[in-house]
Amino acid sequence: MRRLLAMLAARRGRGRLHWTDWASYLHLLLGLLVMFGPVLWLVLSSFKSEAGLIEFPPRLLPYEQARVSVQGYPQPLPVFRITAGDFKGRELAEVRRIGLQAQMLDPASPGEILRVPAQDRERVMRLHFALENYTDLAGRFSFGTYLWNSVFITVTATLITLLINSMAAFALSKYRFSGRDAIFVTILATLMIPPTIILVPNFFIASTLGLVNSPWGVIWPGVATPTGVFLLRQYMLTIPDELIDAARMDNASEWRIYWRIVLPLSAPALAVLAIFSVMWRWNEFLWPMIVLNKSETFTLQLALNSFQGELTTSWNYLLAMTVLTLLPVTAIFVLLQRYITQGIASAGVK
Amino acid sequence: MALAQRVLGAPRLPWVFLTPNLVVFGIFTFLPIAIDVYYSLTGGAQLLPADRPFVGAQNFRELFECESYLDPTSCKRDLFWFGIYNTAEFVVLQVGLMVVFSLITALVLNRKIIGRSFFRAVFFYPVLLSPVVVALIWKWILQRQGLLNAALDGAGLSTVNWLLDAHWAFGWTVFVSIWAHMGFYTLILLAGLQAIPRDVYEAAEMDSASPWRVFRRITLPLLAPNLAVVVVLALIRAVQIFDEVYVLTGGGPGSATTFMVQYVFQTAFSQQVRQYGLAAAASLLLASVLFGLTLLQLRSMRSKDR
Repeated sequence: MRRLLAMLAARRGRGRLHWTDWASYLHLLLGLLVMFGPVLWLVLSSFKSEAGLIEFPPRLLPYEQARVSVQGYPQPLPVFRITAGDFKGRELAEVRRIGLQAQMLDPASPGEILRVPAQDRERVMRLHFALENYTDLAGRFSFGTYLWNSVFITVTATLITLLINSMAAFALSKYRFSGRDAIFVTILATLMIPPTIILVPNFFIASTLGLVNSPWGVIWPGVATPTGVFLLRQYMLTIPDELIDAARMDNASEWRIYWRIVLPLSAPALAVLAIFSVMWRWNEFLWPMIVLNKSETFTLQLALNSFQGELTTSWNYLLAMTVLTLLPVTAIFVLLQRYITQGIASAGVK
Repeated sequence: MALAQRVLGAPRLPWVFLTPNLVVFGIFTFLPIAIDVYYSLTGGAQLLPADRPFVGAQNFRELFECESYLDPTSCKRDLFWFGIYNTAEFVVLQVGLMVVFSLITALVLNRKIIGRSFFRAVFFYPVLLSPVVVALIWKWILQRQGLLNAALDGAGLSTVNWLLDAHWAFGWTVFVSIWAHMGFYTLILLAGLQAIPRDVYEAAEMDSASPWRVFRRITLPLLAPNLAVVVVLALIRAVQIFDEVYVLTGGGPGSATTFMVQYVFQTAFSQQVRQYGLAAAASLLLASVLFGLTLLQLRSMRSKDR
């Protein structure tokens, strides 16, 4: 322990920890608790049974009353430890309870019914991960449909986003033509028109185009993004024009130059935009809520929202669904953290 | 495409590349602004603009019909005014606190500390979670028999029904949105801090300046452009707060956590009579605020690049 402290206290340059170092680590540990604790609590809770969830105060880990199967009884019987009286110290299974008396039996000799006062016993708890919260989802609540809707929208929208924004960026970075700067400024100006202020007209346009209750109604409005054009254009400007001139000498068509030369060379910027797009689409909420009204068209986010709004919410399923919804984003984060943080630090966008 | 090149000739080709993008922008961004203006000047519950009667500035007049602007309950559209006041209070509290927390965290993460990239990831992780997930995580903790009340109970304190008390519910919307977004701003500030040259600090160390003095005289002035970007971005987002609050509190209790965007959403989409005109008028007012903030953003970004 002392060595650990010595190691922690060791600092380059100075021998001992300055008060600012203590404050820093305190801040970080508190941060760890506040930022990550709630997510951990969600995951732990999602493995609790319905009975475990309503326990107050809650336990940290998913505990559940032990049950034992006894011949002659169709259901497994709950196990209690006897705390007083003749059977003190023994673990018995409850057959039924009548008022203050409980009829119990010893699983080892199931023929004999023992009578025990109800207050002389306590429940035997054991660790039990309620995996059924997850496995039940497959068959119930059309979870598969919501998952498919979310995946379809995310993947399709991201592919279209990459295609049309890189085409625009290519035109804006590799050609000189009159009106180019005006177009670029116009595209950037759409930053001033966030989706929240055009909800009503966009709903009208979506319904005119027959996109209400269709995944395409969610996909189309967001595929052209000023952020994407900006990010890709800045990157493509760094690709030397000599490469393109050389290809033109070889009689390559302009489309071929875009598709075979510029696009592959822009891979790092495309990757950043792809990650952003996946995050935007997977997490999108307000616009899908307006354009998707039938439950079979819901995305996971909409399903979670409508599910939590019901009066008789089964929190055990809701929590499991929430964990499954945050899983893909978490996986992307763990694998691609460096690209995400660099992308944000350089572009200043989310 | 090769055909297009032959027919149109190479000079017009950039426009072919631009077309898909511009068509989407045209249909779903620029056209809607015009329709939004038209909706705001018409009444009725019809969605089709041609069926809507022209009412002039009636919608705006209705929104501003108040006996006293200081008292939302005296207004005809009281929820609109509750939305404005709540949003104003939220923006000031959320942006102020979040920028301070982000700055402190960025300063800490910029030091020579053990496990720096791990801690950076911890602070950033909630940024990626969806608003619905964020709201459910906290709803589960703040519910009557949740973790927070269990901790209070264990410490011998009385429990609170956090999301059903107007003041607490508002406070929690501020806290939860800071929790969900501060990692993003921390990251931008951290990038700014790392761009400050080391030798400036070494010079200060030679003069054995106090940490506070170093912060005031070196860090803060050199970080100012990044801070400006962060403040403006945070303002733009805070004004549009909706998703996580809608799931967390539904705008309640009463109208304690009803914000501007939720007013627009409710007026247009979740009431018996869909008042598109009123909603469009309210969103144009919101747009004018955002327009001003975006001009600020572009200016702060330009000064940062300089």
